Amino acid sequence: MNMTSVPNLIPVLPEIILALGAMAWLMLGVIKRDSDTTGVVSTLSIATLLGALVAVVMVTDGDQTVVTMNGMFIMDPFASFIKVLILVGAAATLMVARPFMTMHHLNRFEFPAMVLLATLGMLMMVSSNDFLSLYMGLELQSLSLYVLAAFSRDRARSTEAGLKYFVLGALSSGTLLYGISLIYGFSGNIEYSVVATLGEGDAPIGLVIGLVFVLAGLSFKISAVPFHMWTPDVYEGAPTPVSAFFAAAPKVAAFALLMRVLFDSFPSLGDEWRQIVILMSVLSMFIGAFVALMQTNLKRLMAYSSIGHVGYALLGVAAGTSEGVQGVLVYLAIYLTMSLGAFAVILNLRHKDGITEEIADLAGLMKTRPGLAICMGIFMFSLAGIPPMAGFMGKLYVFMAAVDAGLITLAVIGVVTSVVGAVYYLRIVKVMFMDDPKLDFVETDGRAASMVLTVSAVFNSPVFWIVASPILAWAGWAAASLVG
Amino acid sequence: MIEALAFYLFAGITVFSGFMVISSKNPVHSVLFLILAFFNSAGLFVLLGAEFLAMILVVVYVGAVAVLFLFVVMMLDINFTELRQGVLQYLPIGALIGIVLALELVFVVTSGAFDPASLGAAVQHATPAVNDVNNTDALGRLIYTDYIYVFQAAGLVLFVAMVGAIVLTHRRRAGVKRQDIGEQLARTAGDAIEVKSVESGKGI
Repeated sequence: MNMTSVPNLIPVLPEIILALGAMAWLMLGVIKRDSDTTGVVSTLSIATLLGALVAVVMVTDGDQTVVTMNGMFIMDPFASFIKVLILVGAAATLMVARPFMTMHHLNRFEFPAMVLLATLGMLMMVSSNDFLSLYMGLELQSLSLYVLAAFSRDRARSTEAGLKYFVLGALSSGTLLYGISLIYGFSGNIEYSVVATLGEGDAPIGLVIGLVFVLAGLSFKISAVPFHMWTPDVYEGAPTPVSAFFAAAPKVAAFALLMRVLFDSFPSLGDEWRQIVILMSVLSMFIGAFVALMQTNLKRLMAYSSIGHVGYALLGVAAGTSEGVQGVLVYLAIYLTMSLGAFAVILNLRHKDGITEEIADLAGLMKTRPGLAICMGIFMFSLAGIPPMAGFMGKLYVFMAAVDAGLITLAVIGVVTSVVGAVYYLRIVKVMFMDDPKLDFVETDGRAASMVLTVSAVFNSPVFWIVASPILAWAGWAAASLVG
Repeated sequence: MIEALAFYLFAGITVFSGFMVISSKNPVHSVLFLILAFFNSAGLFVLLGAEFLAMILVVVYVGAVAVLFLFVVMMLDINFTELRQGVLQYLPIGALIGIVLALELVFVVTSGAFDPASLGAAVQHATPAVNDVNNTDALGRLIYTDYIYVFQAAGLVLFVAMVGAIVLTHRRRAGVKRQDIGEQLARTAGDAIEVKSVESGKGI
């Protein structure tokens, strides 16, 4: 009888907390069936997310990279940075979601539990150290997200969004798996570090084809053009808090996963993947800027805006340097707060007869709800990347990294498309501040929601420059652990 | 000698029953041939020394999956002859795809691209050699020791699927009678039964 030692469970602590939390609160919801179960489960879920956040900070051991679970799980400063972003994004989503879900009779305790499980999948993706744990994490996240997209099951739009997302998501998972099977077939291994050694010198053609398929599968998850088709429909159809969640945490997680796969397992195939990333970056920036000009629905606009932002962030990945990754990390951190904040404003656009999502209905918001209009103005300026807002800083860093890496044309395209993009962000500002009021907006309750709104507005305002240097230092430290 | 004989017997019956599954007219016969194919594949597994897989195949596939098929086939009123119309029409393209796949397989096997020897040290050996441990032990080690992390993750994925199915489909309908065990137990004979004296020849 040979006894095997128990793997080191300390680095996996955040994941364990989330898994146990999700199961426990679901049980609680089933057993305790009174009026405010959802409120209790929601609060407990936020507490669980924050507990996991504390655990992430605690298990981050300096510059140490810890690999555990038989080489399937890696904990390094990069993972820790991204995990903090994901957990903050998920907790903020739950905070802003409550009033909306209550109003629309979607107040079911499964919602926070599904968010917890999706977040767990994201953390597993970020910490994956081989293709098997990558796939399991990705599927856990995606399955939860499919359910969340269709959560408003009595609305045709929402079920359509869920179905569309599911069919296309399953297709992309298939693409990803096909790529992984090619990589495994030609390298005989699924561990990132071993696959990396095989890419050196004369890489087998199968490995390169596998890389392309994996890249295509992951690009779907970050909704980079040409794998972006699902984004506007899903964002528009899903309940707004779910769209807010989609635009924040899963995007950050999938982006981190993309970087981990590219830098950990294909560092020597850099020339091959860089062309693809550059192409996707340019296309995303163009589609994000030009198609968004024609949108009238705020959620669709945010979807195209997120596609554009993915393009800018991919610029940093294309640079392929430590500075590039640092730029991407800062960009993701700022993007998370911008999009969460903008969605928090959309969730607050409530008038007497319901809720609006149309840009034209924002007219005169400055006169009816000045606080909301000012917050939205800050987010729009920040999304457009106009100094001195935080969004400018994010763009500045990725553009600088791209120029340093010799991708000057790409940086110029980025600047041009962000000028075009600024048009539609500023159009919203114009509608809010200059037009005459059309709708009578009413105050919405929810202290947690307005707290999220205020904090993200302050973060995106010029106040960001005060906190910029620690965030930059932290991102640099995280990037160094990935690119080295 | 005996082993070779057993192999050809099992393999031959498997192929034959596989063919009968798609060609027999009666769908119930198809399912029964499928069960025969499962049994013979289990025999092949035993010959390979994979006795655990052989048992699982019989228990899970024959015991559960095939019986489920049988139920579905018998309960649903599907006109299988209608479904099978147009087979000849699609036969050429199906045969073409089949030939292409077969050629690809031949190409892959003979090319040596997947030869473990050519890949060298990178090849991961998932299990120890068959002679060292029995295969229940080897599978147990893989699932519960080496890959415990992804095994647990798979459990969570199934959990999400279950919760998701309930969230998206379960409805609490009004006017449905439900069992209330407390109420059932609290009933006495006095509440439930009434004794009537019936006059003979009249009824109630």
